[in-house]
Amino acid sequence: MDFFLQLLVNGLSIGFLYGLSAMGFVMIFKSSSVLNFAHGELIAFGAYLFLVLCSWAQLSLPLSFLLTLAGCFLLGFAVERVFLRPLIGEPLIFVIMLTVGLAAMFKGSILLVFGGNLHTYPDFLPPWLGLTWGSVSLQPVYTVTLIIGTAFLILFGLFFKFSSQGIYMRSVADNQRAALSLGVHVKRVFALSWAIAALVAGMSGIVLGIINGVNVHDLSGIGLKVFPVVILGGLDSIGGAIIGGIIIGVLEALTGGYISPSLKDVIPYIVLVFILMVKPYGLFGQVEIERV
Amino acid sequence: MLLTINNISVVYSDVIQVLKGVSLRVEEGQIVSLLGGNGAGKTTTLKAVSGLLKPENGRVTDGEIIFAGSPIHNLSPEEITRKGIIQVLEGRQPFKYLTVEENLRVGTAIRFGKPYQEDLKLVYSYFPALLNRRKMKAGYCSGGELQMLVMGRALMAHPRLLLLDEPSLGLAPLVVREIFGIIKRINEEQGTTIVLVEQNANMALQIAHYGYVMENGKIVMEGPAEELRENPDIKEFYLGVSAAGALKSYRDVKSYRRRKRWL
Ligand SMILES: Nc1ncnc2c1ncn2[C@@H]1O[C@H](COP(=O)(O)OP(=O)(O)O)[C@@H](O)[C@H]1O
Ligand SMILES: [Mg+2]
Repeated sequence: MDFFLQLLVNGLSIGFLYGLSAMGFVMIFKSSSVLNFAHGELIAFGAYLFLVLCSWAQLSLPLSFLLTLAGCFLLGFAVERVFLRPLIGEPLIFVIMLTVGLAAMFKGSILLVFGGNLHTYPDFLPPWLGLTWGSVSLQPVYTVTLIIGTAFLILFGLFFKFSSQGIYMRSVADNQRAALSLGVHVKRVFALSWAIAALVAGMSGIVLGIINGVNVHDLSGIGLKVFPVVILGGLDSIGGAIIGGIIIGVLEALTGGYISPSLKDVIPYIVLVFILMVKPYGLFGQVEIERV
Repeated sequence: MLLTINNISVVYSDVIQVLKGVSLRVEEGQIVSLLGGNGAGKTTTLKAVSGLLKPENGRVTDGEIIFAGSPIHNLSPEEITRKGIIQVLEGRQPFKYLTVEENLRVGTAIRFGKPYQEDLKLVYSYFPALLNRRKMKAGYCSGGELQMLVMGRALMAHPRLLLLDEPSLGLAPLVVREIFGIIKRINEEQGTTIVLVEQNANMALQIAHYGYVMENGKIVMEGPAEELRENPDIKEFYLGVSAAGALKSYRDVKSYRRRKRWL
């Protein structure tokens, strides 16, 4: 029972992280219908930027963290401006292929600069962040994940619900043509979605780097996990992405603990197939409001 | 003149010519009605003004559109809306998953960061029905409420020129009457210049100052609204009333239409 609880707790927190990073992916999809195949590389970018700032430049922890987030935000913004904007209006498949190309480009550049070896951050998390209930314990890094994740979630929730910019972003996802007719800067909304997605991906990258170490192959591979997560949650549901992430995280942890660590990456997909057979739009896919 | 359309041609996808030399003038403070049957090119004319042709792969190939003294036919919708031209799209296009009030707030996009509480109050005063619905998702509103919503949303932008595309489409006569009353009030009280595209010529000519009739991508007739109302051709053709004053059946009007072409 304790073993089960321990797996559950670990699965929950890692799943929360998957969910958060999937949220960025969903945001891009909702605003511009683009599937971003470079999501894993954005995660890796965050992890490496943090490595540079924190381990190499020896900046303080909070400063490195904030600078990494800012850097990721700018990268996302730039990617949209430079690579995606010229393709607006072209068939979506070109745009999606472009993101595949971007993924290769980012991965290549990271390999060029950092090589394929495993890097690690200095051990900076104070042990008191670890929590223990009886025999179940939460490692410091998972506590941090839960705190940062929750903070992000609340912040974004407030942003999308109440701020004008958040409402403009939702309006573009809802009806792009109507948004355009009211003068919403649709391209700026696309850029902002990329920037926010990259920021959240970068944040996940830092945490994943703390947990597993920093390696470009592993990190970009985790980017592929957003696919089962968002398909499970429903491609267009931000809340669904979080819950989908948690489900996948828990499934992985349980599979790894009870069956075999080598099956860890397979079982979630099998479960996914079964769920999709019952609910083809994912668990939380937007049900079209018919009355209009 | 607030808006002058000079002999414009519009082509979709580089091959489909829809407008063939349309000219139209809108005086500041007036309601100008653009009438015509389905496919005449009314929506295309509005989109040429608002810049919304571009996303549909349409283009003004000839002629010019002058708004408040400067040419706008090459500008993007983002720029044109910021000059004060807002188009209310045909078929009511709400943001279905946003609440009514959030829908209205999108109308502030062209002056992001400025206060908007007063504008909300103004919109609710014109459309009190929206006030009870403010927290409801727009997708669940009725057709009449949606028409009010999309017009209110446009009003939030303080338009100098409001382009309304078939506001009466698919609404019950009583609701149409109410909405046209509000359009007239907005024009009179806010001083908003309005281009009103309609198939319901009867209603449109009651509130418009001036009217144009369009067919096959050309303007075929124009004049002050009261003259158009009395014009026997318009009466028979669009108001469905024959010279004898009897209501014509839809089929008669249709067959008449096939026989006679304007110009
Ligand atoms: N995006 C488009 N691409 C090609 N043809 C179009 C497009 N939009 C409209 N048309 C054509 O242009 C003509 C005029 O359409 P429209 O301006 O919508 O007329 P109206 O609003 O008067 O009904 C129609 O024949 C229509 O088929
Ligand atoms: Mg039309």
